[in-house]
Amino acid sequence: MSHGPYRLAQGGSGIDRDAPITFRYNGRRHTGYAGDTLASALLGNGERLIARSFKYHRPRGIYTIGSEEPGGLLTVGEGARQEPNRKAPTVTLHEGLSARSQNCWPSPRWDLMAVNGYLSALFVAGFYYKTFMRPASWWEPVYERFIRRAAGLGRLSTAPDPDSYLQADACCDVLVIGAGAAGLGAAQTAAASGARVMVVEERDWLGGQLSLAPGTVDDEPANRWIERQADALEAADNVQVLRSCVAFGLYDHGVVGLVETLAPESVDGQARARYWRLAAEQIIFATGALEQPLAFAGNDLPGVMLAHAVCGYAYRFGVAAGHQVVVVGSDDAGIGNALHLHQLGVSVAAVVDARHAGESALHESITAAGIPLHAGCLPVRAHGHAKVKALRIAPRQSEASLSDQTHSIRCDAVAVAGGWQPALHLQCHLGGRPAYDPDRDIFLPPALPPGHHHAGACGGFAGVEAAVESGRAAGSAAAVACGKSSMDSQTAVAPAADATPWGPASAWRVIAAPKGGKRFIDLQHDVTIEDIELAYREGYRSVEHLKRYTTLGMGTDQGKIANMLGLHALGMTAGVSPGEAGTTTFRPSYVPIPLGAIAGSHRGADFRPSRIAPAQRCHVEAGGRMITAGAWHRAEAYPHADETIADAVTREAGHVRRRVGIVDVSTLGKIALIGPDAAEVVNRLYVNGMKTLPPGKARYGVMLREDGLVLDDGTVARLAETRYLLTTTTAHAASVLVHIEYLLETAWPELQATVASVSDHWATFAIAGPNSREVLAALFPDEDVSNEAIPFLAVREVTYAGQPMLIMRNSYSGERAYEVYVPADYGEAMWRRALEVGKPHGLAPYGTEAMGVLRIEKGHVAGPELDGRVTTDDIGLGRMTARRKPCVGNTLRDRPGLQDPDRPRLVGLTAIDPNAPLESGALLAEPGVEGVDGLLGHVTSVCYSPACEGKIGLGLLRHGDDRHGEVIEARDPLAGVVIPIRVGPSVFVDPDGSRLHD
Amino acid sequence: MRIHCPYCGPRSHAEFTYGGDARRERPADSNPDTTWWSDHVFLRDNPRGEHQEYWQHTHGCRVWLRVTRDTATHEIGAVAIAADSSDARDNEDRQ
Amino acid sequence: MRYSFWNLAREALRGHRHWQRAWRDADPAKHYDVVIVGGGGHGLATAYYLAANHDVGRIAVIEKGWLGGGNTGRNTTIVRSNYMLGNNTDFYEWGLKLWEGLSQDLNFNVMLSQRGQFNLCHSVAQMNAARRRGNVMRAHGIDAELLDAKAVASALPHLDYRETARFPIYGALYQGRAGTARHDAVAWGYARAADQLGVDIIQNCEVTGYSFEGERVTGVHTSRGHIGAGRVGIAVAGNTGRLAGMAGLRLPIESHLLQAFVTESVKPCLDYVVGFGASHFYISQSDKGGLVFGGDLDGYNSYAQRGNLPLVEDVIESGVALMPWLSRARLLRHWGGVMDMTLDGSPIIAPTPVDGLYINGGWCYGGFKATPASGWCFAHLLAEGQAHPLIEDFNLERFADGRVLDEKGVGPTAWAH
Repeated sequence: MSHGPYRLAQGGSGIDRDAPITFRYNGRRHTGYAGDTLASALLGNGERLIARSFKYHRPRGIYTIGSEEPGGLLTVGEGARQEPNRKAPTVTLHEGLSARSQNCWPSPRWDLMAVNGYLSALFVAGFYYKTFMRPASWWEPVYERFIRRAAGLGRLSTAPDPDSYLQADACCDVLVIGAGAAGLGAAQTAAASGARVMVVEERDWLGGQLSLAPGTVDDEPANRWIERQADALEAADNVQVLRSCVAFGLYDHGVVGLVETLAPESVDGQARARYWRLAAEQIIFATGALEQPLAFAGNDLPGVMLAHAVCGYAYRFGVAAGHQVVVVGSDDAGIGNALHLHQLGVSVAAVVDARHAGESALHESITAAGIPLHAGCLPVRAHGHAKVKALRIAPRQSEASLSDQTHSIRCDAVAVAGGWQPALHLQCHLGGRPAYDPDRDIFLPPALPPGHHHAGACGGFAGVEAAVESGRAAGSAAAVACGKSSMDSQTAVAPAADATPWGPASAWRVIAAPKGGKRFIDLQHDVTIEDIELAYREGYRSVEHLKRYTTLGMGTDQGKIANMLGLHALGMTAGVSPGEAGTTTFRPSYVPIPLGAIAGSHRGADFRPSRIAPAQRCHVEAGGRMITAGAWHRAEAYPHADETIADAVTREAGHVRRRVGIVDVSTLGKIALIGPDAAEVVNRLYVNGMKTLPPGKARYGVMLREDGLVLDDGTVARLAETRYLLTTTTAHAASVLVHIEYLLETAWPELQATVASVSDHWATFAIAGPNSREVLAALFPDEDVSNEAIPFLAVREVTYAGQPMLIMRNSYSGERAYEVYVPADYGEAMWRRALEVGKPHGLAPYGTEAMGVLRIEKGHVAGPELDGRVTTDDIGLGRMTARRKPCVGNTLRDRPGLQDPDRPRLVGLTAIDPNAPLESGALLAEPGVEGVDGLLGHVTSVCYSPACEGKIGLGLLRHGDDRHGEVIEARDPLAGVVIPIRVGPSVFVDPDGSRLHD
Repeated sequence: MRIHCPYCGPRSHAEFTYGGDARRERPADSNPDTTWWSDHVFLRDNPRGEHQEYWQHTHGCRVWLRVTRDTATHEIGAVAIAADSSDARDNEDRQ
Repeated sequence: MRYSFWNLAREALRGHRHWQRAWRDADPAKHYDVVIVGGGGHGLATAYYLAANHDVGRIAVIEKGWLGGGNTGRNTTIVRSNYMLGNNTDFYEWGLKLWEGLSQDLNFNVMLSQRGQFNLCHSVAQMNAARRRGNVMRAHGIDAELLDAKAVASALPHLDYRETARFPIYGALYQGRAGTARHDAVAWGYARAADQLGVDIIQNCEVTGYSFEGERVTGVHTSRGHIGAGRVGIAVAGNTGRLAGMAGLRLPIESHLLQAFVTESVKPCLDYVVGFGASHFYISQSDKGGLVFGGDLDGYNSYAQRGNLPLVEDVIESGVALMPWLSRARLLRHWGGVMDMTLDGSPIIAPTPVDGLYINGGWCYGGFKATPASGWCFAHLLAEGQAHPLIEDFNLERFADGRVLDEKGVGPTAWAH
């Protein structure tokens, strides 16, 4: 029993007639078989017209049997899973599949936009560059809107992708790309050597071209041979075969990107696709060749298809592309398809061979089979409206010219054999250009670095035998190159390629159209011969200009069956050979690949890693409002039930100044620096003096970049003579470490010192406020934490509960404060303990926002001031860094631009109206001087200060040091406000620092 | 690209941090010549072809390497450990 | 023949047989008053404005390959004027103004689409930085708005606003007049217009060196012979260092690789240009329907014009994080170009220490939007011998002087800009 009016009664090596599958197409229910592709199932059910082309909305059907498909595009899937632009021959049929036509309305048969086709004379290549310019005001609201609406093929859903994707990294000795005759041959010998072999095949079955037509390999039926090879490879444990796996890109040093399709959609946790990053010692390209079409009038009608595809649909899928097929070709390989089709039960209405009668041995067989032979003829026009109804042919009068005695053959399918072109796209990804072989009229892959081999058609080897032999030779060569011995005597030289052309001469590819009609080169973008001639006429003569002007080859089929024909057409127009006309190079991706596969699981919450501090749980439990700060999650504040964030921040900051608070600063960068020369290293890294820092003390330190501008600030704690702990800002932790390592290993290799990151070793809390000493004493009951024992800037290594810890007395807030360093594993426990023992003293947590308020009140610079463009003089640290010494950045600090007195300087800012909407990023300006001329600097940091009871901030102001006490303005045109501001010192609270020292 | 770390073997370049031109001669930090320093920090040979450059195996052993790589073809030649191959120049030489 | 709807319609009836060559394939003359090396957008724009605005005599553009084949033909087509420091602010705005009349000026539709650009912010710090930038723009009379998350969501409803988004959107800096243009059209449009004003565009002609008379440049040696020149201007982004090196100059430029990406064509689904703030990523939809996007440099010196997988993954991950539906789009192609990365991230349009030799380069990965203003200002420099006030900051001395324009604030690391 067979389903569908075009399904043959028997045959179909790839389908299982006992396993029917139902699917929907444009709402209609159809049946196909397990093993079908969407294309074969549609053809089997007589669906010929399934789409419309990009520009002219001409009827389109299925043209090919692979990923070079230009016109047979459908949207597959529903809702969030819908995927536009699927090429029907590449979609494996599965139960419940839903497909629909795209780029046509209301249906492919009746498409309103087909009117474009009637205006085709207007819509030639590049027409939009010549018009839509006047009136200028119409461009955006009218012209561009129309262009955008008309463009685009299928529609993407805007719902998040519900499917999941996997990723894999792998290495192998030998990668074989393509499992056709050549690839299987290569895999055989490579595997036999013991090398680790991976074989990747784009389709979900093996065999390539061999699986699409009856044939033999070494006198064995091709299917049997393929099966035996496949079984042997599956059984070998040094071989991995990946089907439905396309090698999409070739990259440097043997790296290949693969996308393996696992399932049509991910169901029950199974992923839809897997992206492989594969590093191979040796790569064998067995990518085959692509059959090319012919350019004759009407060659885009549904029913016109590549000859090997028509044969393949019959042989592998038991589908007749038509009930009356005409085969058009000019060599034995091409017209031989007619005999295959005849044997498979497809009715062949005629064979049209450009060669004269008797020039081929096949002519006799064709006639003997009862098939009408039209020798010495070329196709001049395919007739039909929505599909082919007849093919008009004309006898040749000479090499290229045609008689006007044309003759029409009734048919509903035209199998076109336009020659073959090696598939060398991947091989060009490293930037090489293909080389033209004028004898065989093909482009061959460019030279590649060692470790790349070619086998089969892609390397210029014609025929099954040559494919297998060259494959075996390549497999052996690759194995030997990996240091494996070859067990196969066929390390012998690969067969010499012969010089027979692989396709017809130009005049038989780009055929005259005496009876009118459009001859298409690019079936997706509707690029015709006339477009190429027009482009040439206008001077777009290089292939690059031609391609961009006409958009030839820029569709989703990437010109696989258009580029070659385009070069022939360009060559004819320019009067040169296709090779002289030029060549384009090829870029990844070999076929379009889903972005989701490359993104894998790095999406949503897992887009980037999340770093969490050891006491994270406590912060969440305490109601901390978590925000992202770079890769970290931190609590910006701990609001009480009915508090706004702003109120919480004000409360927390005030509490620190009045009593005591604790903040988690584990995110700071921490770097251990040890070695006999550690002190020298420290002195060279920081711009302020470090030589006098004794063990047991810490000091604020500023690092410059080599260009003399501020890199980072932090603390330098000298734990012992040759042991330091450096802290950095959170944002620069990694880069400062790299900076130090770089200097140690490339600039100062003579210095003996080592650094290591200890950022993740230590959890760090700052306990700040008038009651901080009491809290510290409660936390470390066995330690002497008096002012004498731990004075300001002291650092002490202590032990608690058997764990080494550090106490450093420094202050970011301006209150008496201690930083406590706890081994990370005990961070959470210590935080909880601190809150517990601190409670009687009023200890409460505060977040990053309150920390910001406190540091602004104290005029401490942070990220907004240290924007990578400031010097130490700019930010008020001139005195600290006045004493010069050899250190990073010392010399370039003196460049005139960095010493310019007009440079903005750090100032404190107080809003005259305490509740003014002052924001960081407002511009400082001279009242009364409008525009750019009045600009003097900008506001860097702002907060509501509980200590000052109003809005304060820091800023960088030209001549700021000389303007204390003056009232200027902060302009925020984005917010539409101008705010009067008083300039003053940057320290608002405890300017003498007395709170720090007691 | 794949870089052969002497300690860790051939690894994807994604594991490394780029350090730029390794042929520049860094003056000593004590050298007050602004022109020499400015040329070192800002000017580049920028060759199209063989380029000696620094890479750090940051997501591995963290060693700084001096790598010879062709900037037109990306082919990698020699890989050496930067600290070993830096001449142990005295600071005085670069003053 | 003038480009217009009427001529197009008339030619449609006549089989389009009467269109003329868009530009002559000129043969080199012995001498020109100004020779511009580099037939990309900037070089061609320079030639056009020289011919249109100045009286300098004979002008030639020399291009080693086919015009527009370098970065002009490879970029992600974004046009905007949201710069903050020094001359950058006004320079790019002047450029945007030139863009706004360009199609009419050149009589070639460059398809400028001022659809608007959102630069997203994902933290208070980013919003503050955006506020500073936007305020500088507004102070200079340039359109800018600072939007909160709600306003962003109403314009771009399909970004990731879920709880699970790794970097929630806080808001965006928006420029309504920013957008995209058709890159090839810009090169072709300037070429045709320059050609019509008598400029010789000489393709397939590679400069191999300079000729000197004493210290002064008198011409260029090329693969098609020697061409004499009164002044030589180089506009060869990616190869600026090499062309300068032929005159013995070392520049503060490293050549780096930038990749760009396009998906298959789909129906309109993105009406704006969007820049992600949580990583370097930007995306727009071309008038043909493909989603065009890009991100960071690969991060190593390169002239190869092709990149590697780690960057591809980074960029695509960023895209899918920003727009979860992008996951189902398919990548059609990715390619690369060579970027002139300066050590401060800002361009160089200046005389060189070599008499008669002028440089226009250092565009990093932002050169496309600068095409008209760059050409306009470089033409002025080549004609007058000194920099227009709009580009005084773009000099070579600023590095030694300590007056760099570091928009990103990352310092003297070329690939970090």
